[in-house]
Amino acid sequence: MPEEAAATVARAASTSFSDHLGRHHPDLLASRSRVDFPASGAGPALAPHATTIVSLTFGGGVLMAGDRRATMGNVIASRHIEKVFPADMFSVLGIAGTAGIALDLTRLFQVELEHYEKIEGTRMSLDGKANRLAAMVRQNLPMALQGLAVVPLFAGYDTSRHEGRLFSFDVTGGRYEEQEHHSVGSGSAFARGSLKKLWKPNLDEASAVQVAVEALYDAADDDSATGGPDVVRELWPVVYTVNSAGTRRIPDRELETTARNVIASRSIAGREA
Amino acid sequence: MTQQFYVSPEQLMRDRADFARKGIGRGRSVIVLSCRDGIALVAENPSPSLHKLGEIYDRIAFAAVGKYNEFESLRQAGIRYADVRGYSYDREDVTARGLASVYAQSLGAVFTAESKPFEVELVVAEVGEQPAADHLYRLTFDGSIADEKGFVVMGGAAEAVVEVLRSSFSEDLDFPQAVRAAVHSLRQDGSTGAGPQLGPESLEVAVLDRDPEVARGTHRAFRRIGIPELETMLTSRESPV
Repeated sequence: MPEEAAATVARAASTSFSDHLGRHHPDLLASRSRVDFPASGAGPALAPHATTIVSLTFGGGVLMAGDRRATMGNVIASRHIEKVFPADMFSVLGIAGTAGIALDLTRLFQVELEHYEKIEGTRMSLDGKANRLAAMVRQNLPMALQGLAVVPLFAGYDTSRHEGRLFSFDVTGGRYEEQEHHSVGSGSAFARGSLKKLWKPNLDEASAVQVAVEALYDAADDDSATGGPDVVRELWPVVYTVNSAGTRRIPDRELETTARNVIASRSIAGREA
Repeated sequence: MTQQFYVSPEQLMRDRADFARKGIGRGRSVIVLSCRDGIALVAENPSPSLHKLGEIYDRIAFAAVGKYNEFESLRQAGIRYADVRGYSYDREDVTARGLASVYAQSLGAVFTAESKPFEVELVVAEVGEQPAADHLYRLTFDGSIADEKGFVVMGGAAEAVVEVLRSSFSEDLDFPQAVRAAVHSLRQDGSTGAGPQLGPESLEVAVLDRDPEVARGTHRAFRRIGIPELETMLTSRESPV
Protein backbone atom coordinates (compact mmCIF):
# COMPACT_ATOMS: atom_id res chain seq x y z
CA MET A 1 0.00 0.00 0.00
CA PRO A 2 2.70 2.61 0.86
CA GLU A 3 4.39 1.77 -2.45
CA GLU A 4 1.17 2.48 -4.29
CA ALA A 5 0.85 5.80 -2.48
CA ALA A 6 4.43 6.69 -3.39
CA ALA A 7 3.68 5.95 -7.04
CA THR A 8 1.35 8.96 -7.08
CA VAL A 9 4.46 11.14 -6.69
CA ALA A 10 5.92 9.74 -9.89
CA ARG A 11 2.63 10.15 -11.70
CA ALA A 12 2.49 13.82 -10.70
CA ALA A 13 5.68 14.51 -12.69
CA SER A 14 3.64 15.28 -15.78
CA THR A 15 1.02 17.99 -15.55
CA SER A 16 0.65 17.91 -19.31
CA PHE A 17 -2.81 18.47 -20.72
CA SER A 18 -2.06 16.49 -23.88
CA ASP A 19 -0.82 13.51 -21.82
CA HIS A 20 -4.03 13.69 -19.83
CA LEU A 21 -6.08 13.71 -23.04
CA GLY A 22 -4.02 10.82 -24.43
CA ARG A 23 -4.76 8.71 -21.34
CA HIS A 24 -8.39 9.57 -20.75
CA HIS A 25 -9.81 11.02 -24.00
CA PRO A 26 -7.57 9.68 -26.82
CA ASP A 27 -10.31 10.35 -29.39
CA LEU A 28 -9.82 14.11 -28.88
CA LEU A 29 -6.22 14.00 -30.09
CA ALA A 30 -5.84 14.54 -33.84
CA SER A 31 -2.46 12.79 -33.82
CA ARG A 32 -4.09 9.55 -32.67
CA SER A 33 -6.28 9.30 -35.77
CA ARG A 34 -5.18 6.19 -37.64
CA VAL A 35 -4.67 6.64 -41.36
CA ASP A 36 -4.16 3.15 -42.75
CA PHE A 37 -3.45 3.75 -46.36
CA PRO A 38 -0.07 3.76 -48.07
CA ALA A 39 1.70 7.05 -48.56
CA SER A 40 0.10 8.56 -51.65
CA GLY A 41 1.58 12.02 -51.61
CA ALA A 42 -1.94 13.32 -52.24
CA GLY A 43 -1.93 15.17 -48.92
CA PRO A 44 -1.37 18.67 -50.31
CA ALA A 45 -4.35 18.36 -52.69
CA LEU A 46 -6.63 16.83 -50.04
CA ALA A 47 -6.71 19.51 -47.40
CA PRO A 48 -5.79 23.20 -47.23
CA HIS A 49 -2.13 24.01 -46.70
CA ALA A 50 -0.88 26.99 -44.80
CA THR A 51 2.17 28.63 -46.27
CA THR A 52 4.82 31.19 -45.31
CA ILE A 53 5.72 32.34 -41.78
CA VAL A 54 8.63 34.67 -40.99
CA SER A 55 10.09 35.48 -37.61
CA LEU A 56 12.88 37.83 -36.53
CA THR A 57 14.35 39.22 -33.35
CA PHE A 58 14.56 42.93 -32.65
CA GLY A 59 15.85 45.05 -29.77
CA GLY A 60 14.04 43.75 -26.65
CA GLY A 61 11.83 41.17 -28.30
CA VAL A 62 10.86 38.99 -31.20
CA LEU A 63 8.31 39.28 -34.02
CA MET A 64 6.37 36.76 -36.06
CA ALA A 65 4.34 37.35 -39.20
CA GLY A 66 2.35 35.22 -41.60
CA ASP A 67 0.61 35.78 -44.94
CA ARG A 68 -3.12 35.12 -45.29
CA ARG A 69 -3.24 32.41 -47.93
CA ALA A 70 -4.07 28.68 -47.72
CA THR A 71 -3.85 26.50 -50.82
CA MET A 72 -5.20 23.11 -51.92
CA GLY A 73 -3.11 21.97 -54.83
CA ASN A 74 -3.33 24.79 -57.35
CA VAL A 75 -6.49 26.28 -55.79
CA ILE A 76 -6.50 29.11 -53.25
CA ALA A 77 -8.45 27.57 -50.37
CA SER A 78 -8.57 30.70 -48.23
CA ARG A 79 -7.52 34.35 -48.48
CA HIS A 80 -8.41 35.11 -44.87
CA ILE A 81 -6.70 32.36 -42.88
CA GLU A 82 -4.64 33.44 -39.86
CA LYS A 83 -1.54 31.38 -39.16
CA VAL A 84 0.17 33.22 -36.31
CA PHE A 85 -1.29 32.92 -32.82
CA PRO A 86 -0.35 33.96 -29.30
CA ALA A 87 0.52 30.75 -27.40
CA ASP A 88 0.44 32.47 -24.01
CA MET A 89 1.39 35.86 -22.59
CA PHE A 90 5.07 35.64 -23.63
CA SER A 91 5.15 33.45 -26.71
CA VAL A 92 3.71 33.16 -30.21
CA LEU A 93 3.34 30.30 -32.63
CA GLY A 94 3.17 30.27 -36.42
CA ILE A 95 2.16 27.25 -38.47
CA ALA A 96 2.95 25.94 -41.93
CA GLY A 97 1.66 22.69 -43.39
CA THR A 98 -1.72 20.95 -43.29
CA ALA A 99 -4.02 23.64 -41.93
CA GLY A 100 -6.56 21.45 -40.13
CA ILE A 101 -3.96 19.54 -38.12
CA ALA A 102 -1.93 22.68 -37.54
CA LEU A 103 -4.88 24.67 -36.15
CA ASP A 104 -5.70 21.76 -33.86
CA LEU A 105 -2.09 21.59 -32.70
CA THR A 106 -2.17 25.31 -31.96
CA ARG A 107 -5.33 25.04 -29.88
CA LEU A 108 -3.92 22.07 -27.98
CA PHE A 109 -0.64 23.88 -27.35
CA GLN A 110 -2.44 26.98 -26.05
CA VAL A 111 -4.45 24.87 -23.59
CA GLU A 112 -1.29 22.92 -22.68
CA LEU A 113 0.50 26.10 -21.54
CA GLU A 114 -2.50 27.55 -19.71
CA HIS A 115 -3.16 24.19 -18.03
CA TYR A 116 0.41 23.98 -16.74
CA GLU A 117 0.27 27.56 -15.51
CA LYS A 118 -2.96 26.97 -13.59
CA ILE A 119 -1.93 23.64 -12.04
CA GLU A 120 1.62 24.67 -11.12
CA GLY A 121 0.85 28.29 -10.29
CA THR A 122 3.83 29.40 -12.38
CA ARG A 123 4.64 29.83 -16.10
CA MET A 124 6.59 27.20 -18.01
CA SER A 125 10.11 28.25 -19.04
CA LEU A 126 10.59 29.18 -22.70
CA ASP A 127 12.77 26.10 -23.29
CA GLY A 128 10.11 23.98 -21.61
CA LYS A 129 7.47 25.35 -23.97
CA ALA A 130 9.67 24.65 -27.02
CA ASN A 131 10.28 21.07 -25.80
CA ARG A 132 6.57 20.45 -25.28
CA LEU A 133 5.82 21.74 -28.78
CA ALA A 134 8.55 19.46 -30.21
CA ALA A 135 6.95 16.45 -28.48
CA MET A 136 3.55 17.38 -29.90
CA VAL A 137 4.96 17.73 -33.44
CA ARG A 138 6.64 14.31 -33.08
CA GLN A 139 3.30 12.70 -32.21
CA ASN A 140 2.10 13.77 -35.65
CA LEU A 141 4.92 11.88 -37.40
CA PRO A 142 2.70 9.07 -38.81
CA MET A 143 0.45 11.68 -40.44
CA ALA A 144 3.49 13.59 -41.69
CA LEU A 145 4.67 10.44 -43.47
CA GLN A 146 1.29 10.34 -45.23
CA GLY A 147 1.95 13.81 -46.56
CA LEU A 148 0.02 15.69 -43.89
CA ALA A 149 2.94 17.42 -42.19
CA VAL A 150 2.83 20.33 -39.75
CA VAL A 151 5.90 22.48 -39.18
CA PRO A 152 5.53 25.22 -36.59
CA LEU A 153 7.77 28.15 -35.82
CA PHE A 154 7.86 29.22 -32.18
CA ALA A 155 9.07 32.51 -30.73
CA GLY A 156 8.94 33.98 -27.27
CA TYR A 157 10.39 36.39 -24.78
CA ASP A 158 12.68 34.66 -22.29
CA THR A 159 11.82 36.32 -18.98
CA SER A 160 14.99 35.07 -17.29
CA ARG A 161 17.45 35.97 -20.08
CA HIS A 162 15.52 39.13 -21.03
CA GLU A 163 15.67 38.56 -24.78
CA GLY A 164 13.54 37.31 -27.64
CA ARG A 165 14.34 33.79 -28.90
CA LEU A 166 13.00 31.68 -31.75
CA PHE A 167 12.82 27.96 -32.46
CA SER A 168 12.15 25.89 -35.56
CA PHE A 169 11.08 22.24 -35.68
CA ASP A 170 11.09 19.30 -38.05
CA VAL A 171 8.43 16.58 -38.40
CA THR A 172 10.44 14.13 -36.27
CA GLY A 173 10.27 16.47 -33.29
CA GLY A 174 13.72 17.99 -33.76
CA ARG A 175 13.97 21.37 -32.08
CA TYR A 176 16.46 23.95 -33.32
CA GLU A 177 17.08 27.34 -31.81
CA GLU A 178 17.52 29.90 -34.60
CA GLN A 179 19.58 33.08 -34.46
CA GLU A 180 18.45 36.48 -35.71
CA HIS A 181 15.66 35.34 -38.05
CA HIS A 182 14.03 32.33 -39.64
CA SER A 183 11.13 31.38 -41.87
CA VAL A 184 9.12 28.25 -42.70
CA GLY A 185 6.64 27.20 -45.37
CA SER A 186 6.59 27.08 -49.16
CA GLY A 187 7.81 30.66 -49.64
CA SER A 188 10.45 30.44 -46.92
CA ALA A 189 13.47 30.28 -49.23
CA PHE A 190 12.53 33.62 -50.81
CA ALA A 191 11.59 35.18 -47.47
CA ARG A 192 14.89 34.09 -45.97
CA GLY A 193 16.86 35.72 -48.77
CA SER A 194 14.98 38.92 -48.15
CA LEU A 195 15.50 38.72 -44.36
CA LYS A 196 19.24 38.20 -44.81
CA LYS A 197 19.51 41.52 -46.63
CA LEU A 198 17.07 43.54 -44.53
CA TRP A 199 17.65 42.33 -40.95
CA LYS A 200 20.03 44.34 -38.76
CA PRO A 201 20.91 43.99 -35.08
CA ASN A 202 18.76 46.00 -32.64
CA LEU A 203 15.99 46.99 -35.01
CA ASP A 204 13.17 48.89 -33.33
CA GLU A 205 9.67 47.41 -33.38
CA ALA A 206 8.37 49.53 -36.29
CA SER A 207 11.36 48.69 -38.51
CA ALA A 208 11.02 45.01 -37.59
CA VAL A 209 7.38 45.09 -38.78
CA GLN A 210 8.55 46.75 -42.01
CA VAL A 211 11.21 44.04 -42.56
CA ALA A 212 8.66 41.26 -41.96
CA VAL A 213 6.15 42.75 -44.40
CA GLU A 214 8.87 43.16 -47.07
CA ALA A 215 10.03 39.56 -46.56
CA LEU A 216 6.47 38.27 -47.00
CA TYR A 217 6.08 40.48 -50.07
CA ASP A 218 9.20 38.93 -51.59
CA ALA A 219 7.95 35.42 -50.76
CA ALA A 220 4.58 36.17 -52.40
CA ASP A 221 6.38 37.59 -55.42
CA ASP A 222 8.04 34.26 -56.23
CA ASP A 223 5.90 31.62 -54.49
CA SER A 224 2.37 31.10 -55.85
CA ALA A 225 1.19 29.60 -52.53
CA THR A 226 2.01 32.75 -50.55
CA GLY A 227 -0.39 35.68 -50.62
CA GLY A 228 0.85 39.24 -50.84
CA PRO A 229 -0.86 42.26 -49.27
CA ASP A 230 -4.37 42.36 -50.79
CA VAL A 231 -5.24 46.02 -51.40
CA VAL A 232 -8.57 45.16 -53.07
CA ARG A 233 -9.96 43.25 -50.09
CA GLU A 234 -7.80 45.20 -47.62
CA LEU A 235 -6.19 42.07 -46.18
CA TRP A 236 -2.81 42.52 -44.50
CA PRO A 237 -0.42 39.99 -42.96
CA VAL A 238 -0.94 38.92 -39.34
CA VAL A 239 1.92 40.25 -37.21
CA TYR A 240 2.57 39.65 -33.51
CA THR A 241 5.40 41.04 -31.40
CA VAL A 242 6.54 39.73 -28.00
CA ASN A 243 8.57 41.75 -25.54
CA SER A 244 8.86 42.11 -21.77
CA ALA A 245 5.30 43.52 -21.67
CA GLY A 246 3.83 40.45 -23.38
CA THR A 247 2.42 39.64 -26.81
CA ARG A 248 0.81 42.32 -28.97
CA ARG A 249 -0.97 42.02 -32.28
CA ILE A 250 0.01 44.86 -34.62
CA PRO A 251 -3.25 46.60 -35.57
CA ASP A 252 -4.40 46.37 -39.21
CA ARG A 253 -4.24 50.15 -39.52
CA GLU A 254 -0.45 50.16 -39.00
CA LEU A 255 0.01 47.15 -41.26
CA GLU A 256 -1.99 48.82 -44.01
CA THR A 257 0.34 51.85 -43.91
CA THR A 258 3.43 49.64 -43.91
CA ALA A 259 2.17 47.41 -46.73
CA ARG A 260 1.09 50.38 -48.90
CA ASN A 261 4.51 51.99 -48.34
CA VAL A 262 6.28 48.80 -49.45
CA ILE A 263 4.12 48.59 -52.60
CA ALA A 264 4.60 52.30 -53.35
CA SER A 265 8.37 52.25 -52.90
CA ARG A 266 8.67 49.26 -55.24
CA SER A 267 6.43 50.88 -57.87
CA ILE A 268 8.53 54.05 -57.73
CA ALA A 269 11.75 52.05 -58.12
CA GLY A 270 10.19 50.60 -61.26
CA ARG A 271 12.58 47.68 -61.47
CA GLU A 272 12.18 43.91 -61.91
CA ALA A 273 11.96 42.62 -58.26
CA MET B 1 -13.35 -12.85 11.71
CA THR B 2 -13.51 -9.85 14.01
CA GLN B 3 -16.78 -9.00 15.73
CA GLN B 4 -18.59 -6.00 14.13
CA PHE B 5 -20.69 -3.87 16.45
CA TYR B 6 -23.98 -2.64 15.04
CA VAL B 7 -23.99 1.09 14.33
CA SER B 8 -27.18 2.68 13.02
CA PRO B 9 -26.87 4.48 9.66
CA GLU B 10 -27.98 7.75 11.34
CA GLN B 11 -25.21 7.44 13.90
CA LEU B 12 -22.65 6.57 11.20
CA MET B 13 -23.51 9.63 9.10
CA ARG B 14 -23.55 11.88 12.18
CA ASP B 15 -20.11 10.64 13.23
CA ARG B 16 -18.70 11.22 9.77
CA ALA B 17 -20.22 14.71 9.58
CA ASP B 18 -18.85 15.60 13.05
CA PHE B 19 -15.43 14.33 12.03
CA ALA B 20 -15.41 16.45 8.85
CA ARG B 21 -16.76 19.55 10.65
CA LYS B 22 -14.05 19.29 13.29
CA GLY B 23 -11.37 19.22 10.59
CA ILE B 24 -12.84 22.21 8.77
CA GLY B 25 -13.41 24.12 12.02
CA ARG B 26 -9.67 24.21 12.65
CA GLY B 27 -9.14 26.03 9.33
CA ARG B 28 -8.79 29.77 8.96
CA SER B 29 -11.59 31.63 7.25
CA VAL B 30 -11.98 32.37 3.56
CA ILE B 31 -14.37 34.99 2.16
CA VAL B 32 -15.70 35.17 -1.39
CA LEU B 33 -17.77 38.23 -2.23
CA SER B 34 -19.39 39.55 -5.36
CA CYS B 35 -19.19 43.31 -5.92
CA ARG B 36 -19.37 45.96 -8.65
CA ASP B 37 -15.86 45.33 -10.09
CA GLY B 38 -16.21 41.53 -10.04
CA ILE B 39 -15.67 38.84 -7.41
CA ALA B 40 -13.10 39.27 -4.63
CA LEU B 41 -11.60 36.25 -2.85
CA VAL B 42 -9.89 36.88 0.48
CA ALA B 43 -8.23 34.23 2.65
CA GLU B 44 -6.16 34.27 5.78
CA ASN B 45 -3.08 32.36 4.65
CA PRO B 46 0.44 32.90 5.98
CA SER B 47 2.02 30.90 3.12
CA PRO B 48 2.71 32.80 -0.10
CA SER B 49 2.90 29.61 -2.18
CA LEU B 50 0.44 27.07 -0.75
CA HIS B 51 -2.68 28.65 -2.15
CA LYS B 52 -6.27 28.35 -0.94
CA LEU B 53 -7.54 30.34 -3.91
CA GLY B 54 -7.02 29.27 -7.49
CA GLU B 55 -7.93 29.84 -11.10
CA ILE B 56 -10.07 27.19 -12.78
CA TYR B 57 -11.06 28.75 -16.10
CA ASP B 58 -11.64 32.04 -17.91
CA ARG B 59 -14.28 33.36 -15.50
CA ILE B 60 -14.22 30.70 -12.78
CA ALA B 61 -12.25 30.61 -9.54
CA PHE B 62 -11.92 28.16 -6.68
CA ALA B 63 -11.61 28.79 -2.93
CA ALA B 64 -11.26 26.19 -0.21
CA VAL B 65 -10.75 25.59 3.49
CA GLY B 66 -9.76 22.36 5.21
CA LYS B 67 -7.02 19.83 4.47
CA TYR B 68 -4.56 21.08 1.86
CA ASN B 69 -3.91 17.73 0.15
CA GLU B 70 -7.62 17.07 -0.24
CA PHE B 71 -8.68 20.40 -1.71
CA GLU B 72 -5.53 20.60 -3.84
CA SER B 73 -6.43 17.33 -5.55
CA LEU B 74 -9.97 18.64 -6.09
CA ARG B 75 -8.60 21.90 -7.52
CA GLN B 76 -6.40 20.04 -10.02
CA ALA B 77 -9.25 17.74 -10.98
CA GLY B 78 -11.44 20.81 -11.53
CA ILE B 79 -8.85 22.38 -13.86
CA ARG B 80 -8.63 19.12 -15.84
CA TYR B 81 -12.43 18.95 -16.08
CA ALA B 82 -12.67 22.57 -17.28
CA ASP B 83 -9.80 22.35 -19.77
CA VAL B 84 -11.00 19.08 -21.32
CA ARG B 85 -14.52 20.45 -21.61
CA GLY B 86 -13.37 23.76 -23.08
CA TYR B 87 -11.11 21.93 -25.53
CA SER B 88 -13.70 19.44 -26.74
CA TYR B 89 -16.67 21.85 -26.88
CA ASP B 90 -15.91 25.56 -26.65
CA ARG B 91 -14.53 27.94 -24.04
CA GLU B 92 -17.95 29.42 -23.33
CA ASP B 93 -19.39 25.96 -22.60
CA VAL B 94 -17.46 25.71 -19.34
CA THR B 95 -19.71 26.86 -16.51
CA ALA B 96 -19.41 27.01 -12.73
CA ARG B 97 -22.73 25.16 -12.43
CA GLY B 98 -21.35 22.16 -14.34
CA LEU B 99 -18.18 22.09 -12.30
CA ALA B 100 -20.00 22.54 -8.97
CA SER B 101 -22.29 19.65 -9.78
CA VAL B 102 -19.43 17.23 -10.53
CA TYR B 103 -17.68 18.38 -7.33
CA ALA B 104 -20.91 17.68 -5.42
CA GLN B 105 -21.11 14.17 -6.88
CA SER B 106 -17.51 13.44 -6.01
CA LEU B 107 -17.75 14.80 -2.45
CA GLY B 108 -21.04 12.95 -1.92
CA ALA B 109 -19.59 9.65 -3.14
CA VAL B 110 -16.54 9.98 -0.88
CA PHE B 111 -18.73 10.90 2.11
CA THR B 112 -20.87 7.76 1.84
CA ALA B 113 -18.48 5.20 0.41
CA GLU B 114 -14.94 5.92 1.56
CA SER B 115 -13.47 5.22 4.99
CA LYS B 116 -13.06 8.93 5.70
CA PRO B 117 -14.95 11.92 4.28
CA PHE B 118 -13.11 14.88 2.72
CA GLU B 119 -12.43 17.52 5.39
CA VAL B 120 -12.97 20.42 3.01
CA GLU B 121 -15.44 23.12 2.10
CA LEU B 122 -15.29 24.74 -1.34
CA VAL B 123 -16.62 27.71 -3.25
CA VAL B 124 -16.80 27.69 -7.04
CA ALA B 125 -17.28 31.29 -8.19
CA GLU B 126 -18.12 32.52 -11.67
CA VAL B 127 -18.11 36.20 -12.57
CA GLY B 128 -20.89 37.42 -14.88
CA GLU B 129 -21.50 40.53 -16.97
CA GLN B 130 -23.29 42.22 -14.06
CA PRO B 131 -23.31 41.43 -10.32
CA ALA B 132 -26.74 39.82 -10.74
CA ALA B 133 -25.21 37.26 -13.12
CA ASP B 134 -22.46 36.20 -10.67
CA HIS B 135 -22.62 32.66 -9.32
CA LEU B 136 -21.24 31.53 -5.97
CA TYR B 137 -21.66 27.81 -5.30
CA ARG B 138 -20.79 26.56 -1.86
CA LEU B 139 -19.98 22.84 -1.55
CA THR B 140 -19.67 21.04 1.73
CA PHE B 141 -17.96 17.76 2.73
CA ASP B 142 -21.12 15.66 2.27
CA GLY B 143 -21.75 16.81 -1.29
CA SER B 144 -24.47 19.38 -0.51
CA ILE B 145 -24.47 22.31 -2.84
CA ALA B 146 -25.88 25.79 -2.23
CA ASP B 147 -26.26 28.69 -4.66
CA GLU B 148 -25.34 31.74 -2.55
CA LYS B 149 -26.03 35.42 -3.23
CA GLY B 150 -23.68 38.26 -2.33
CA PHE B 151 -20.99 36.61 -0.25
CA VAL B 152 -19.85 33.32 1.28
CA VAL B 153 -17.74 32.81 4.40
CA MET B 154 -16.13 29.43 5.12
CA GLY B 155 -13.94 28.16 7.92
CA GLY B 156 -13.70 27.89 11.67
CA ALA B 157 -15.40 31.00 12.98
CA ALA B 158 -17.63 31.65 9.98
CA GLU B 159 -20.63 32.86 12.04
CA ALA B 160 -18.67 35.63 13.74
CA VAL B 161 -17.22 36.77 10.43
CA VAL B 162 -20.62 36.72 8.69
CA GLU B 163 -22.08 38.99 11.41
CA VAL B 164 -19.43 41.66 10.82
CA LEU B 165 -19.40 41.37 7.04
CA ARG B 166 -23.18 41.67 6.76
CA SER B 167 -23.04 45.22 8.17
CA SER B 168 -20.43 46.48 5.67
CA PHE B 169 -21.35 44.50 2.54
CA SER B 170 -23.17 45.90 -0.45
CA GLU B 171 -23.18 44.99 -4.15
CA ASP B 172 -21.90 48.46 -5.10
CA LEU B 173 -18.46 48.11 -3.51
CA ASP B 174 -15.38 48.37 -5.71
CA PHE B 175 -12.44 45.96 -5.19
CA PRO B 176 -10.50 48.00 -2.57
CA GLN B 177 -13.67 48.56 -0.53
CA ALA B 178 -14.71 44.90 -0.79
CA VAL B 179 -11.24 43.68 0.22
CA ARG B 180 -11.16 46.14 3.16
CA ALA B 181 -14.61 44.96 4.31
CA ALA B 182 -13.50 41.33 4.05
CA VAL B 183 -10.22 41.88 5.91
CA HIS B 184 -12.01 43.89 8.61
CA SER B 185 -14.42 41.03 9.22
CA LEU B 186 -11.64 38.41 9.13
CA ARG B 187 -9.99 40.29 12.01
CA GLN B 188 -13.07 39.44 14.09
CA ASP B 189 -12.33 35.75 13.60
CA GLY B 190 -11.32 35.11 17.20
CA SER B 191 -10.37 31.49 16.63
CA THR B 192 -7.04 32.14 14.96
CA GLY B 193 -5.61 34.64 17.39
CA ALA B 194 -4.35 36.80 14.51
CA GLY B 195 -6.76 39.54 15.53
CA PRO B 196 -5.99 43.07 14.46
CA GLN B 197 -2.43 42.20 13.35
CA LEU B 198 -3.75 40.52 10.21
CA GLY B 199 -1.56 42.28 7.62
CA PRO B 200 -0.86 41.83 3.90
CA GLU B 201 1.82 39.14 4.57
CA SER B 202 -0.73 36.82 6.16
CA LEU B 203 -3.43 37.37 3.54
CA GLU B 204 -4.05 35.77 0.19
CA VAL B 205 -6.20 37.89 -2.11
CA ALA B 206 -7.34 37.29 -5.67
CA VAL B 207 -10.05 38.79 -7.88
CA LEU B 208 -12.13 37.84 -10.90
CA ASP B 209 -12.32 40.98 -13.06
CA ARG B 210 -15.76 41.63 -14.50
CA ASP B 211 -14.33 42.79 -17.85
CA PRO B 212 -10.79 41.39 -18.27
CA GLU B 213 -10.83 41.95 -22.05
CA VAL B 214 -11.11 45.71 -21.58
CA ALA B 215 -9.01 45.97 -18.42
CA ARG B 216 -6.08 43.72 -19.38
CA GLY B 217 -6.71 42.48 -22.92
CA THR B 218 -7.11 38.83 -21.91
CA HIS B 219 -9.97 36.35 -21.58
CA ARG B 220 -8.71 35.22 -18.17
CA ALA B 221 -10.51 37.10 -15.39
CA PHE B 222 -8.50 35.63 -12.48
CA ARG B 223 -5.76 37.80 -11.04
CA ARG B 224 -3.75 37.47 -7.83
CA ILE B 225 -3.25 40.65 -5.83
CA GLY B 226 0.41 40.93 -4.77
CA ILE B 227 1.54 42.39 -1.46
CA PRO B 228 2.36 45.92 -2.80
CA GLU B 229 -1.05 46.26 -4.46
CA LEU B 230 -2.76 44.78 -1.42
CA GLU B 231 -1.06 47.33 0.83
CA THR B 232 -2.41 50.17 -1.31
CA MET B 233 -5.86 48.60 -1.27
CA LEU B 234 -5.89 48.25 2.50
CA THR B 235 -4.60 51.75 3.25
CA SER B 236 -6.46 53.79 0.61
CA ARG B 237 -9.22 55.75 2.26
CA GLU B 238 -11.38 57.01 -0.57
CA SER B 239 -14.88 58.07 0.32
CA PRO B 240 -17.49 55.47 -0.63
CA VAL B 241 -19.06 56.09 -4.04
